[in-house]
Amino acid sequence: MEDIKLLKGNEVLAIAAIRCGADGYFGYPITPQSEVMETLMDERPWLTTGMVVLQAESETSSINMIYGGAAAGKRVMTSSSSPGLSLMCEGLSYLAGAELPCLVVNVARGGPGLGSIQASQADYFQLVKGGGHGDYKLIVLAPNSVQEMNDFVGLGFDLAFKYRIPAVILTDGIIGQMMEKVTLSPERPRRTEEELAKECGDWATTGRKASRGKANLANSLFLDSVDLEQHNLHLQKKYREIEKNEVLCEQIQVEDAEYIMVAYGTSSRICMKVVEDMRKEGHKVGLIRPITLFPFPTEIIAKAAEHSKVILSVEMSAGQMVEDVRLAVGCACKCRVEHFGRFGGVVHSPAEVYEALKALM
Amino acid sequence: MMKVEKISENMVYQKPRLITNNTMHYCPGCSHGTVHKIVAELIDEMGLEDNAVAVSPVGCSVLAYNYIDIDWVQAAHGRAPAIATALKRLMPDRLVFTYQGDGDLAAIGTAETIHSLVRGENIVIIFINNAIYGMTGGQMAPTTLIGQKTATTPYGRDTALNGFPYKMGEIAAMMPGVTYVTRQSVDKPAAVRAAKKAIKKAFENSIGCKGTSFVEIVATCNSGWKLSPVASNDWMRENMFPEYPLGDLKNNG
Repeated sequence: MEDIKLLKGNEVLAIAAIRCGADGYFGYPITPQSEVMETLMDERPWLTTGMVVLQAESETSSINMIYGGAAAGKRVMTSSSSPGLSLMCEGLSYLAGAELPCLVVNVARGGPGLGSIQASQADYFQLVKGGGHGDYKLIVLAPNSVQEMNDFVGLGFDLAFKYRIPAVILTDGIIGQMMEKVTLSPERPRRTEEELAKECGDWATTGRKASRGKANLANSLFLDSVDLEQHNLHLQKKYREIEKNEVLCEQIQVEDAEYIMVAYGTSSRICMKVVEDMRKEGHKVGLIRPITLFPFPTEIIAKAAEHSKVILSVEMSAGQMVEDVRLAVGCACKCRVEHFGRFGGVVHSPAEVYEALKALM
Repeated sequence: MMKVEKISENMVYQKPRLITNNTMHYCPGCSHGTVHKIVAELIDEMGLEDNAVAVSPVGCSVLAYNYIDIDWVQAAHGRAPAIATALKRLMPDRLVFTYQGDGDLAAIGTAETIHSLVRGENIVIIFINNAIYGMTGGQMAPTTLIGQKTATTPYGRDTALNGFPYKMGEIAAMMPGVTYVTRQSVDKPAAVRAAKKAIKKAFENSIGCKGTSFVEIVATCNSGWKLSPVASNDWMRENMFPEYPLGDLKNNG
């Protein structure tokens, strides 16, 4: 029987983690995502599935707890909001360097600095382009509903372990706080020690060196530059593989569209309304919704640009994803690429997006 | 290479089984080699080779994983206790220990150290206190003595400019969740035996989930101190021991 509930986005992250067989959650309170840890503490999964939940002293500490758990091959997760993610960037770079799988959620808010506690999409650069030091990528998933908040917990863990890479759910305060109907994930048990050894035995630092016959090491240090270059080449090869295999993207009335919006997360929900309104008036308008921000749906956008006059990147930022849209479209294409969005915690209305798109027609 | 034949019946001493054959990068005279030996011996003697995870720091002992043949997690600078926290919480039956220097533990990792002690994590923290940043070339550490010359205190540590050395062992002993705090050295055979006994007790505490054990080793850095190994030991006894007195600070185990 389907388990259907009315839940906040933040609450469902917690419920989904338990149901997906997560081994641990380590976090630090920050608005607008504190309900994730509050829900977990209320659910007390350590009494049922054995999942560990711990409140750390900082986001720096929680991401390093994730590093420890991930090193041992455990399915571990943390969540935070923008300023907390800034602190976590050190750990994300180490996790990427040491090729450790984990799930990190950013329920983003306005910045820079302490910014605001309202929803924002201004952390695209931070999570899609880097944030920490060195050449690395993270898999970035962008849900636009409470249902996808639920679904992407399991998906995030699966992708993270498939590629030994941190997976990120990049969402915002609106999706974190809003309540929607959600069909919960089927329950799957936590992995046993034997299952973990089978899946992660050649790298996880489980402490079972003697049984395994060799010591395992979680590490991102390569003192010899040539070795580090080789390691980087290996990482880059993995990122190309992810780009080839894992792009997720929703296309709404794009086939015949002359005017296309590109938007993810909350902004995509707003743009759906704009597509509906404009189509009613006979305008050939469509929407491309990247679901994975890395890997980015470059080819889908490039193909759509061939029959489109204008592509409008609609983001709750001063214009970040628009750079990737421009790269996808390319200079040689006649299609014009523009950005529209309110930011700093202000959310554009469908009417504002409608006017911005209309002005380009 | 010359082949060395081992004659077991005459052997009175050998490299611990769990010390690898990798060439050690530590300077001759450095205390790290001795502490590594103790740790490797204990893991072998206590039968923990199949039940131990260690966390290496940033600092001279960053490469500890190259020398002690067990599972290791290499930490970002100062974060080892947070990593050890998760390892132990997720695998409660394992021995989990960190191996950290004074810059890693008492400067950049202060928050991670203090809060693992506050939570009383069932881990062991091995703290090598040699009052200097060895790896980066001998800069001032939080535990550098007043008047001690380092690369960043070329005229000696001046309290007006640099503040005072502090005692993390005493801070650790204040925490209710901490079971065992001891300060040891490895400057002579009796001290090595005492340090080994202390680390053994700490390891037993971690396996038995009895709270945090904090073993500080007052150590030499002859390269950083710009003294010979023998003179370093003398300087340590004369100057470090009065500031960091040896012995148990807490023993509730």
